[in-house]
Amino acid sequence: MSGFFSQAQQLQAPDVAYQAVLPMLLVLGAACVSVLFEAFLPRERRWGWQVALTVVTLAGAAISLIVYGNDAPKAGVKTFSDVLTIDRPTLFLWGTLLLLAFGAVLLIADRSVEPGGAFVAQAAIRPGTLQDRVQAAKVGMQTEVFPLTLFALGGMMVFCAANDLLTMFVALEVLSLPLYLMAGLARRRRLLSQEAAVKYFLLGAFASAFFLYGIALLYGYAGSVKLADIATAAAGTNRSDTLLFAGMGLLVVGLLFKASVGPFHTWTPDVYQGSPTPVTAFMAACTKVAAFGGILRVLMGAFASTNWEWRGVLWGVAIASMAIGAVLGLTQTDVKRMIAYSSVAHAGFLLVGSIALTSKGVSGTLFYLLAYGLTTVATFGIVSLVRDADGEASHLSQWAGLAKRSPIVAGVFTFLLLALAGIPLTSGFVGKFVVFSAALQSGMAPLVVVALVFSAVAAFFYLRVIVLMYFSEPAADGPTVTVPGAFTTMAITIGALATLVLGVFPSFALDWAGAGGFTF
Amino acid sequence: MTVLLLVLPLLGCLAVLGLPPKRAAAFGVAVTSATLATALLMAATFDYHRSGFAQFSVNAPWIPLIDLRIHLGVDGISLPLVVLTALLCALCAGYLARPSGQPERPRALVALLLLTEVGMLGTFVALNLLLFFVFFEVVLVPMYAVIAGWGGQRRAAAARQFILYTLLGSGVLLVGLLLLYSRTSTMDMVVLVGRAGTGLSHGVQVLGFLLIAGGLAVKVPVWPLHSWLPDAHTQAPTVGSVLLAGVLLKMGTYGMVRIAVPMLPEGAVALAPALGALGVAGIVYAALACLAQRDLKRLIAFSSVGHMGFVLLGIATLTPVGINAALLGNIAHGLITGLLFFLVGGIAQRYGSTDIDRIGGGLLAKAPRLGSLLVFAAVASLGLPGLAGFWGEMLAMLSAFRPAGGLNPALYLVFLAVAGLGTVLTAAYFLVMLRRVAQGVVPPRWTAERFGDVTAREWVAWTPLLVLVLAIGLWPRIVLGVTDGAVRVLLRGG
Repeated sequence: MSGFFSQAQQLQAPDVAYQAVLPMLLVLGAACVSVLFEAFLPRERRWGWQVALTVVTLAGAAISLIVYGNDAPKAGVKTFSDVLTIDRPTLFLWGTLLLLAFGAVLLIADRSVEPGGAFVAQAAIRPGTLQDRVQAAKVGMQTEVFPLTLFALGGMMVFCAANDLLTMFVALEVLSLPLYLMAGLARRRRLLSQEAAVKYFLLGAFASAFFLYGIALLYGYAGSVKLADIATAAAGTNRSDTLLFAGMGLLVVGLLFKASVGPFHTWTPDVYQGSPTPVTAFMAACTKVAAFGGILRVLMGAFASTNWEWRGVLWGVAIASMAIGAVLGLTQTDVKRMIAYSSVAHAGFLLVGSIALTSKGVSGTLFYLLAYGLTTVATFGIVSLVRDADGEASHLSQWAGLAKRSPIVAGVFTFLLLALAGIPLTSGFVGKFVVFSAALQSGMAPLVVVALVFSAVAAFFYLRVIVLMYFSEPAADGPTVTVPGAFTTMAITIGALATLVLGVFPSFALDWAGAGGFTF
Repeated sequence: MTVLLLVLPLLGCLAVLGLPPKRAAAFGVAVTSATLATALLMAATFDYHRSGFAQFSVNAPWIPLIDLRIHLGVDGISLPLVVLTALLCALCAGYLARPSGQPERPRALVALLLLTEVGMLGTFVALNLLLFFVFFEVVLVPMYAVIAGWGGQRRAAAARQFILYTLLGSGVLLVGLLLLYSRTSTMDMVVLVGRAGTGLSHGVQVLGFLLIAGGLAVKVPVWPLHSWLPDAHTQAPTVGSVLLAGVLLKMGTYGMVRIAVPMLPEGAVALAPALGALGVAGIVYAALACLAQRDLKRLIAFSSVGHMGFVLLGIATLTPVGINAALLGNIAHGLITGLLFFLVGGIAQRYGSTDIDRIGGGLLAKAPRLGSLLVFAAVASLGLPGLAGFWGEMLAMLSAFRPAGGLNPALYLVFLAVAGLGTVLTAAYFLVMLRRVAQGVVPPRWTAERFGDVTAREWVAWTPLLVLVLAIGLWPRIVLGVTDGAVRVLLRGG
C-alpha cells in the first residue's frame, strides 16, 4: 500500500512547452471551435465564419511558428512527457503543412468555380434519388469540411512530431478519419466519390491495423513504444530479431500506405479521382508531408542501427514504387489518375531520400516535400478549372488544344508539369538533385541510376500532356476553362510562384531544411 | 559579355510572346542577330595567346548549398562553338522570317528557338558542372516541342523517341556528374580539370567516365544509340533539323572533350578503345545505311552519325591532334550539315517532297544554282580536300596512327583502316545521291512546273556558311589556332 502511495506522489503533471506546441494547439483548438460553429451558427452564415476562422487560425499558427522558430533551441524540445519532439525537422514540417493547408483551404473555400463550392449540401442523401436531384440544384455547401480539415491538419502536425509509436498511432487516426469523410463529399459524380471514401476507409483501416500490430510486436521486443528505447534495444541485445523486424515491417507498411508508396498505393488513383478536387489537393500535398515526416522520424529514430538488415527491402519498395508510378502513369487517360500515379512515382523518389539516413538525406527529403506539395496544390487548382456541363472534365482527351482556348491556364499548367517532371529551373529539379545526391553520398548509386531512369520515363507522360494541350486540335464540344475566383487564383499563384522561386533561388529553403537534425 | 550572350535571347524569348504574331519572326531575327554580334565581338576581343584559359569569366554564387554557381567563361574550345551556334540560330531565324512560307504559330516557334539558343550557348560557356547540366537540359524540352509541334507527318513518334532517349541519356549523365561531385566535393570545371583526376580511384574514374560519356553518347549520337536521330531529323522542321545536326550533336562531343576526358584521365584510357570502336562502327554503319536511303533528309541525318564517328575516333585517341581534329570536325560538320539541311529545305519547298525518286534528278538543269550548291555541300561533306570536311576526318585518322600512351596502337591501326573504308563509302553514297538528284534529265512531271532558282534572301542566308566552309577548308588554322592552346591545357591537366 505504501508503495502505491509513494508512486502516486511521484506522479506529476507533465511540463508543457506551450510556446513550442502553440501552432498545434491553435489548429486543434480551432477545429473544436469550428465544430461549435457548425452546431450553433445559422446555415447561411456558416461558410463565412468557417473560412475566416480557418484562415485566421492558419495564419496565427504560422506566426507563432515563426516567432518560436526564430529562437528555438537547436537541439529541439521534448514536451508532454517526451511524447512530442519539437526539433528543427518538426518545425520545417509544420511550416510546410501550414502553408500547404492554406493553399488547400483556399481551394476548398472557393465557391465561384463550381457554384456553391465543390461539396455536396447534404452528403447523407442517397445519390441518384429525387432528393439528390433537388439538392443538386441548390447552391448550399457542406461546411463540415472545414472542421474536418482542421482536425486532419492537427493530426498531421502531431504525427510529424510524435516521439513514440502510440502517439503516432493516435495522430494517424486523427488525421485519417476526417480524410475518409472528406473523400465522400463531392457535389458531382457522387457515387464515384462515395466509392472512393469507402475504398479509402477500408484499405486505411487495414493499414492502421498493420501499424498497430507492428507497434505491439515492437513493444514486445523493446518493452517500450518510445523510438529512442527501441533504438537502444536494437543496438545491442540478444533479443529475438524476428520480433523487431516483423514489427518494423508491419509498422512501415502502415506508413508506406499513408504515403502512397507502391505497392501499397492501390487506393491512390481511385481516391484521387473520386474525391472532390480541393480535397485531393489537400490529401496529395499534406498527407504525403505528414507520412514522410513520420517515416523519416521512425527510420532515423528507431531503426538506424539495423539498417543493414532492412535497407535492401526498402530499396526494392522504392524501385517498385517508381516503376509502378512511371509505367502505369503512362497508360492513364484521366488527369487526376495520372497525377495520382505521378504521386506514387514521387513517393518512390522521396523514399530514396528517406533511406539515405543522413542529415543530407533528411534535409533533401524535407525540401522535396515542400516543393512537391506546393506544385501539387497548384496543379489540382488548375484541374478544378477545366470543366464541362458535368463538372470537371478530367479525361485527357478533353484537354486537347486547351492552349488555344486559354493560353494562360495552359502555360501555368505546363510549368507545373515541367516541375513535376524535374526539369531544371523548377523546384522539382532542385528537389530531385538534393535527394539523389544525398542518396549517392550514402552509397546507393545503383538506386539513384534506377531512379533517374524512371524519372525520365515519368517526365515523358507529363510532356505528353503538354503536347496534347498545345498541338492537338480542340474537340468541338470540349470543356471550358472557368475564370477562377479570388481564392483559387490565389492558391494557384502561390503554388506556381513557389515552384519558380524554389527552382531558381532555393537557398533559403534549403537552409531551413538543413538547419538541424532530429532529436529523439 | 558572356552574360549578355545568354540574357539577350532569354529576354527575347519572353518579349516575343507579347508581340503580335506577324512581327514575331522579324523580332527573332533582330534578337539572334544581336546575339551573333555579341558572339562576334567576343571573338574579336578574345585574347588568342591565352586561348587555353577561360576569358570573359563570370563567377557568382547561385545556390551555394548544392554548389551551383553562375560560372561562365569562354576559351579556345568553346569560342568556335559559340560563334557557330549564334550564327546558325541567326540563320534559322532569318529562314523563319522569309516572306513565303511563314510558319504556323510564329510567336511560339520563335520563342522556342530563342530558348533553345539560351540552352545551347549556356552549355558551351558553363564552367560549373551543374550549370552545364542545367543548360544541357534546357535545350531538350523546347526542341521536343519544336519537333512535336511543327514537324512532319510522323512527328509524334519522332518527338517521343527523341525525348525518351535524351532524357534517359541526361539521367545517366547526371548520375555521373553526381558521382564526380560526391568524390571531389566541387562542381567547378576549372578546378576539376586542374586536378586531372588526382584523388580519384581507378574504379571511380572508369565508372564516372562510363556514366558521363555514356550519357553524352546518346546526344552525339554514338552507334548503337543513334536510332532516335534519323526520325527526329527527318520529322523536324528545317530549323529544327539545322539546329539538331548543327549544334545539339556537338553538345555531346563537347561534353566529352570538356568533362569526361580531362577530368577522368584513367577512365578515359580504359574506355577510349571502346569509344573508338563504336565510332568507326558508326562510320561504316552510317555509310551503309545512307546507301539505302530514299529520302534526302534521312540520308543527311544518317550521314551525321558517320561524321560524328570521325569526331569520336579523334577523341578516342586522347592526343592533342585527335582532339583538335574532333573539335574541327565538330565545327565543319555543323556548317556543312546546317547548309545541307537548309538546301534540302529549299528543295522541299520547291518540289514539295524530299523523296529522291520523287525529285527524280535534273536539279542542275532545273535550278542550276541550287543544284550547284547541293553539289558543293555534298562534296564538302564527303571530305574533299580544300573544303572544311576534309581536315577533321584526315586529322582524326592521322591521330589514330599514333594514339596516346597506354592505348593499343595495333587496335587503332584497325580503326584507321575501317575508318578509311568508311570514307570511301561516304564518298560513294554522296555521289550516288548527287547522280540521282542533281544530274540527269528533268523528269516530265516537273518540266511544266516553274520554280525559281536561289532567291536573294536565300543567298544572304547561305553565303556565310559557304564562305566559312571554303575558308576553313583552305586555312584550317582559323579553328585549329584557337582550339589548340585550350586542348593542350586540358590534356596537361590545367
